[in-house]
Amino acid sequence: MSTINETRPAEALRDGDPDVEQERADTKPLGGIAGWLDDRTGGAKPASHFLKKVFPDHWSFMLGEIAMYSMIICLLTGVFLTFWYVPSMTQVVYNGSYVPLQGVTVSDAYSSTLNISFDIRGGLLIRQIHHWGALIFVVSVFVHMTRVFFTGAFRKPREINWVLGTLLSMLACIEGFAGYSLPDDLLSGTGIRAMNGFVQSIPIVGSYVSYFIFGGAFPGEAIIPRLYSVHVLLLPAVLVGVFTAHILFVVIHKHTQFPGPGRTNNNVVGFPLMPVYMAKAGGFFFIVFGIIALVSAVVSINPIWGYGPYDPSPITAGSQPDWYMGFADGALRLLPGFLEFDTFGFTWSMNIFPGSILLLPIMWTVIGVYPFVESWVTGDKREHHLLDRPRNAPTRAGIGVAGITAYTVLLFASGNDLMAIKLHLSINDLTQLFRLLFFIGPPIAFWLTKRICLSLQRADRQKVLHGRETGTIWRYPDGRFEEIHAPLSPFERWALVQHESPEPLRISAEADENGVASPLARKERVRAKLSHFYFNDRVAPPTPSELEAAHHHGDEVDEGHLLTGEHEAIDPATTGDSSSTPRETIKADRKRST
Amino acid sequence: MKALAARRRHPAAIAVLILLGLLVTGGAYSFLAPKQAQATTVTADSVAQGKKLFIGNCASCHGLNAQGTGEGPSLVGVGAASVDFQVGTGRMPLAGPAVQAPQNPGKVKFDEAQIAALSAYVASLAPGPAVPDGEYTTPIAPGDEVAAGQTLTNSQRIARGGEIFRVNCAMCHNFAGAGGALTRGKYAPALTGTTPTHVYEAMITGPQSMPVFNDTNITPAGKQEVISYLDAIDNQTNVGGMTLGNLGPVSEGLFAWVFLLGLMIASAVWLGKKAA
Repeated sequence: MSTINETRPAEALRDGDPDVEQERADTKPLGGIAGWLDDRTGGAKPASHFLKKVFPDHWSFMLGEIAMYSMIICLLTGVFLTFWYVPSMTQVVYNGSYVPLQGVTVSDAYSSTLNISFDIRGGLLIRQIHHWGALIFVVSVFVHMTRVFFTGAFRKPREINWVLGTLLSMLACIEGFAGYSLPDDLLSGTGIRAMNGFVQSIPIVGSYVSYFIFGGAFPGEAIIPRLYSVHVLLLPAVLVGVFTAHILFVVIHKHTQFPGPGRTNNNVVGFPLMPVYMAKAGGFFFIVFGIIALVSAVVSINPIWGYGPYDPSPITAGSQPDWYMGFADGALRLLPGFLEFDTFGFTWSMNIFPGSILLLPIMWTVIGVYPFVESWVTGDKREHHLLDRPRNAPTRAGIGVAGITAYTVLLFASGNDLMAIKLHLSINDLTQLFRLLFFIGPPIAFWLTKRICLSLQRADRQKVLHGRETGTIWRYPDGRFEEIHAPLSPFERWALVQHESPEPLRISAEADENGVASPLARKERVRAKLSHFYFNDRVAPPTPSELEAAHHHGDEVDEGHLLTGEHEAIDPATTGDSSSTPRETIKADRKRST
Repeated sequence: MKALAARRRHPAAIAVLILLGLLVTGGAYSFLAPKQAQATTVTADSVAQGKKLFIGNCASCHGLNAQGTGEGPSLVGVGAASVDFQVGTGRMPLAGPAVQAPQNPGKVKFDEAQIAALSAYVASLAPGPAVPDGEYTTPIAPGDEVAAGQTLTNSQRIARGGEIFRVNCAMCHNFAGAGGALTRGKYAPALTGTTPTHVYEAMITGPQSMPVFNDTNITPAGKQEVISYLDAIDNQTNVGGMTLGNLGPVSEGLFAWVFLLGLMIASAVWLGKKAA
């Protein structure tokens, strides 16, 4: 199998790289500005190394790029917005061009956001680009994350990068929440109000923390300036820092690739950054920017003039956070009220605390530790640079879909009121349904996904052994009908048979010959159980001997199947010269990995 | 005063005081209470016609004398405004039992004269809120003029209508009057497309789950400001582009996931297929 078994330092990842030093010696020295710069910075070597970096081609590898570009777009538009936004809760009388608010006493923050929307040229467009960009930023972060998860791209040596990505996704959500709160309109004020409630629900210290954050009682005058500093200074700096590390790790580890002909754990098949990806990725930036700008130009987002200024007494129907915080809002909507109780003179708001304060760290911790859990359970400490096709890791796919199901139930619960009016349902029934789904949905999703993956694997197996169904039915002189199966090309077959199908771990001796239980036994038992959970249901890829057998048992009609057609179909592949290569590779690989 | 002080522990003192208190409050209330029960001048003819229509279309649920049955509430004292609202918006006659009578502007069963006759009949049973005249149901046109008896300019009055709306109405009807959910399948309907008269009538009669906003709670001028605000946001250009139903972040999030992400992935797939 194409995995790397020996433990080796990350430095070894660059073993096969072309020697830039040597190449430079072979080429003539740099002249002109490049030479001048290189003499002073020594930048030519790393720049050349970077520009020759090879990246594999697949559309799903661009999901992270969408996130990167929308983050850059948010940074650019955000700078524009800071030119006019006033982070202050000082009360002023609004006298701008929006008639239905003239003469109303509002905060400086709200008034300046109205001015950006109505009185600054292009301000509203930039605001909408910033907001739509933020939404798609978090969307693409999450979708990128699912791609990495289902393809197993988080495995060694990329666990740290997975943790960094997890951190980035959490920071993105918090950054979004801070930005959502800045305009000081009715909706964002309600969000801050809710946050105040969440903080107060922390047992014992809640009210102190709330006073600390708000600089006194809610709403005070401090929260907007504080959130502003967090939104434009602290979090962007941390985001960009962690993001840089994230990208740096991609360069260090090299990009993973899907299995295919010629792709191994030791190479990257693709194109170099310069000029191919410079053009592709550069072009994609403008595509992303263009799409966001187009949507921002025609679709309204967060019409703060409609919400009106924040005032603690009113509230609007349909008050929700932006989607990425919706899951926490949904958890709150689902938590029953009877969970609150009093003891020792303290109120324990267990109707609020788990859904608001606890949920976030729990969710992101579970996501962050997954690679370590999986590698412990599977005992797989090898490097993986070839991605799994999701179906070839059925249990992992099932766990992922179960997690996504739980998340989606919470997210949808956050919109229960709108679902009630738009679908003419009762909000109470919907809430009960979501409560039920939160518990039974993930197991069902796990089971379904795992079964689908196993079925797909079986289908792959059939395809390898018997060829592809063509839909062409032949009638023979003796009257029987047969469907013609077309043989797979060796390249197609390779993609279907190259993966591993590990067997569950077995417990090594639980007790020694004297009957003394091994101190490791319990841990090993747990591990064996989990390994059983992961790998007990498995569909192994066809072995070369099975493939061989499939070609010959066409003559035996005893199975009740009419296999002669398949036999004929497979024939050219087995006799052809090209077919021997992948099969031998399988054999060779098997030997290496065992 | 000494004589009064001497008698303050008299056994009857408490009773006398309570009586006095009740008289004062009751008297003050009857003097200050909103005079909503204006008697409208109606001809005996229209009352008679209204009664006929009532018996033919409404009595099966509301009773032959509008006294109410198990199926429908008593209509004694609900006033002409209530009938005009319920019948004029197509809510009544109710098509079928449901948690709430849906508005049905396309299918109003009666013409204006018939609705007026029905209203006159129900109003004749007992005094109740009358159908408002045009004075307070005409939206204020935005501008810097100050109307007679007002301290604010017309534009500022519209803005005040917005404040009244956000404090009293937005929690159910949504900030843009797009509607919202209530418990057990009930809902606050969207206000877009509702006529000013019907909005006014809803405020003074409190149909279904809606509370009554009487003239002490929100003055007629205040109600007019609310109506003007709704009219202003209904007629304003959507400066940001398509509103996605003004439903807030849920529809925005859905749009981002479906359309924005869809476009992004489509272009990523397209670009991935492009030869290097």
